[in-house]
Amino acid sequence: MRYLFSVIHDRPGLATPEEDAAIDVFNDRLQAEGHWVFAGGLASPGTATVVDNRGGAAMVTDGPFLESKEFLAGFWIIEAADLDVALRLAAEGSKACNRKVEVRPFA
Amino acid sequence: MNGIDVREAITQAHRAEWARVVAALTRRFGDLDIAEEAAAEAFATAVERWPADGVPPNPGAWLTTTAGRKAIDRIRRENKRDDKHREARMVYDDDPPEPVGAIDDDRLRLIFTCCHPALAMEARVALTLRMVAGLTMPEIARAFLVAESAMGQRITRAKAKIKAARIPYRMPSAEDLPARVSGVLAVLYLVFNEGYLATGPGTDPVRRELTAEAIRLTRLIRVLLPGDGEVAGLLALMLLTEARRPARVSAGGELVALDEQDRGAWDTALIAEGHRLVRERLAAAAAGAAPGRFQILAAINAVHTSARDMRDTDWSQVLALYDQLVRLDPSPVVALNRAIAVAELDGPEVALAAVDRLESRLAGYHAYHATRADLLRRLGRGREARAAYDTAIGLAGNTAEIAALTRRRDQLP
Repeated sequence: MRYLFSVIHDRPGLATPEEDAAIDVFNDRLQAEGHWVFAGGLASPGTATVVDNRGGAAMVTDGPFLESKEFLAGFWIIEAADLDVALRLAAEGSKACNRKVEVRPFA
Repeated sequence: MNGIDVREAITQAHRAEWARVVAALTRRFGDLDIAEEAAAEAFATAVERWPADGVPPNPGAWLTTTAGRKAIDRIRRENKRDDKHREARMVYDDDPPEPVGAIDDDRLRLIFTCCHPALAMEARVALTLRMVAGLTMPEIARAFLVAESAMGQRITRAKAKIKAARIPYRMPSAEDLPARVSGVLAVLYLVFNEGYLATGPGTDPVRRELTAEAIRLTRLIRVLLPGDGEVAGLLALMLLTEARRPARVSAGGELVALDEQDRGAWDTALIAEGHRLVRERLAAAAAGAAPGRFQILAAINAVHTSARDMRDTDWSQVLALYDQLVRLDPSPVVALNRAIAVAELDGPEVALAAVDRLESRLAGYHAYHATRADLLRRLGRGREARAAYDTAIGLAGNTAEIAALTRRRDQLP
């Protein structure tokens, strides 16, 4: 079963060197234990561009699709047997990156 | 066997076997929906057949077998439509047949799944009452003053999340277990409290069916987890509280405070059972096991139920237990209850000072104002007491409590 861990943050600024180091340790563990699928940290929401080509003519807009106080700062995609395993990993991930984590299963 | 006996046998079987049947089917078919529906159909079949065929010698086995057949029928019907996945699961169900002793573990699995922390509290309560206690949807909807359709949706949503997010159907790992057990106990305590002091004006002030159900489920957990101190503590707390229920509402429909209750009306058998459990936990504490919140609350209630009257109560013991509880749970509600013991030991003035310090955090809580009102009344500060009673009455939801507060206010000189 795959889960998306969305890292939620509400302040500008990327991860500190200490946070990066803790994330590396956590990532190593995910790989060693077979949970790792993919992960990445994102640049700030101000760097986003939204493209909408539903109407045939692609509309390009500067900025994130939703202006909100909280934003996606990064993510993990992990493999876990069930939600209990995923929640335990998310607790460790949240501690490592020092941010909130939303756990959501893939359909 | 006459009709009344058969009905009684069905009621008995429902009480004793519902959770077992649902739990066994959930394990076998990996699906709460199928388990719930098939269990309900099996009981409906019993209602139809037992009056004519007689009650089977082993009602539980009959119900499990019947429910299993109903589940397979349903899966076949659905497979004819399209779901190949379900067919695979049914055909290749290679779980070995359950040894009898493991069936109890199934019920525990079911309880842990229904009380999973990833579900909202109200969903946990509803699911537990439906899947474990076997209450019907209308019964649960009535219990929480929610429209039946809304309650149905709440349960459906919870079951969908269990499936989609794969909330597991198994015992929590050893490291998760203490937190998960306390999550289950929180659900049961909430059900009990809603029964013991209903929060809404639209129901009876005390609701025997909810307190009874909470006690029954806690007894079940106690059988399944006999070594857990907090389970014993919660059961003792419920029994010692339930024991006072006969004296709790007056003939005139008013909530009767502890100091005015007819202690002769208390249920001595429940008290004896509760005291036995508290003694068991005291012995464990003496051997080094740190008591949790429910064990301390049970001990406080054991002190109250040991006293012949309010004056005879060992208030220094009560206060010592509250001090212990505050260290564990520094919430303002615990501090408020502690102040009531302070009033008995050091007088209402000292207690009032302690209560007033809680204002910023408890200003919206009726019991804060009711406690203040009583203390002000005892201090002869009638005008302030009246204002505090008014605020408490405005915030309270329980009809019997409102009646009692109103009388106290109206009796102020």
